[in-house]
Amino acid sequence: MKEQKGIQREGRLTLDFIDEMKQIPGGEQIALCIQCGTCSGSCPTSHLMTHTPRRLIAMTRAGMRKEVLESPDIWLCTSCYYCYVRCPRGIKVTDLMYAYKRLSARDKFGIQKRGYKLGKIFMSVVNKYGRNNELELLAKFFGFANPIGGIKNTFIGLGLFLKGRLPLKTHKIKDLGGFKKIVNKAEELARLP
Amino acid sequence: MNSHCEPGIGRSNPPQEIASSLKAPRNDTKHMEYTYYPGCSLHSSAPAYEKSSQAVMKAIGAKLNELEDWNCCGATAYMSIKELTAFSISARNLALAKKQAPNHDVVAPCSGCFVGLTKANKYINEFPEIKEKVNVALAEAGLEYDGSVKVRHLLDIIVNDFGVDKIKAMVKRPLTGLKVACYYGCQIIRPKTPLDDPEEPKHLEELIAALGATPTHYPMKANCCGGSIMGTEENIGMMLSRNVLDCAAKYGAECLVCPCPLCQMNLDAYQKPINRKFKKDINLPILYFTQLIGLALGLPPKELGFGSELVSADDIVRRFS
Repeated sequence: MKEQKGIQREGRLTLDFIDEMKQIPGGEQIALCIQCGTCSGSCPTSHLMTHTPRRLIAMTRAGMRKEVLESPDIWLCTSCYYCYVRCPRGIKVTDLMYAYKRLSARDKFGIQKRGYKLGKIFMSVVNKYGRNNELELLAKFFGFANPIGGIKNTFIGLGLFLKGRLPLKTHKIKDLGGFKKIVNKAEELARLP
Repeated sequence: MNSHCEPGIGRSNPPQEIASSLKAPRNDTKHMEYTYYPGCSLHSSAPAYEKSSQAVMKAIGAKLNELEDWNCCGATAYMSIKELTAFSISARNLALAKKQAPNHDVVAPCSGCFVGLTKANKYINEFPEIKEKVNVALAEAGLEYDGSVKVRHLLDIIVNDFGVDKIKAMVKRPLTGLKVACYYGCQIIRPKTPLDDPEEPKHLEELIAALGATPTHYPMKANCCGGSIMGTEENIGMMLSRNVLDCAAKYGAECLVCPCPLCQMNLDAYQKPINRKFKKDINLPILYFTQLIGLALGLPPKELGFGSELVSADDIVRRFS
């Protein structure tokens, strides 16, 4: 992946990106960032990123919406919350990363990313049973999104299965109808402006 | 990458003495009763955690009433795609808990569930618009939630409600000489929880010391094992887990205990591939802290789920039973 170089012309920028982020609960704190880099220094995966958390915040304020939401780096957040607890300005950086992931998913920037596919398959399994079914999740994820990883991990899966840690039986919650109604309503409400 | 992990180097040299960070335990331990939220992992990939939690709680006289018809908390994966839905399904659990026993705290043994439910609570209490929307969604199933249920981790219950001293008094087979690396992972201590310090937690060490074992002080105890990145970006996940395992082994640990099924899965199931990939020779059984408590209390190893780990802990079980 190439780093963004050269001059960004205003016409290419989305100057209201920061306002969009501020709409998200907790997102208004993005204006407080002093670019100290504590988040990037604390991040266990930042050394593998092109755009570290600090830089993503700077890019957001500069209006580089497309570059931020296209970046594979936002999907490298492991949700360890080190940046969140260390930020001297009290910015919930981990929650910002979640917000980037969601915008990236909603606006179809990140649908090729494995992190997105895992989330999507996880959601479909949970919506089907009310609970996670690890065997179905792993089969679908490795089958559809990461076949090479699936082949590599066959022995791990087999080992877990033999130890009784990947049960075949599925458990549906009793009030699955009510659960689905909650999910549908929440999705409908989230679509409203 | 590993230089900070050599014994004697780095920010966390073995402290001479652990200053107690514990609060005074509750006096009414006779009436310890909680609403139990096992979460999906404990019913599938982590049977050892489920068994040992139940056995230990029974032994210390705490009553766990499983939450009737609980659903998935949403975990990190749901939150990455749909936030309001994730909060709403977490809130369904909390609404059911409020209905089932209004005055009981909810106990989650899984760190992922703990942070998922806690986060839903926090956002519902902090942002009125989220509270309103979540309740509109819940009303579809005839439920409502006001944000008042307290969510706590199992470790918190054992350490703060029951108390380390009482555990110490109950020990029948002290784990003398066993060097244990206490691994917290992330989500039990971060984002800020009342349980322990987000950078230098101590509760697990105090508990393990009370069992007669020797906690190994190593710098990586609160670092990330990779979490769900192990599935999406395996190389990165394996590198992060390697750092933890390698560090614990270098500091002389004979086994590692953790309070989270996902950490256990990453460190246990991927240990062999990690050894192969990084040309290491790590042999570190990964156990749940409840399994060691049970062993020290003299409970039968079978009731504690020993034997389901991929890196065998048979030697440890033989030594102490």
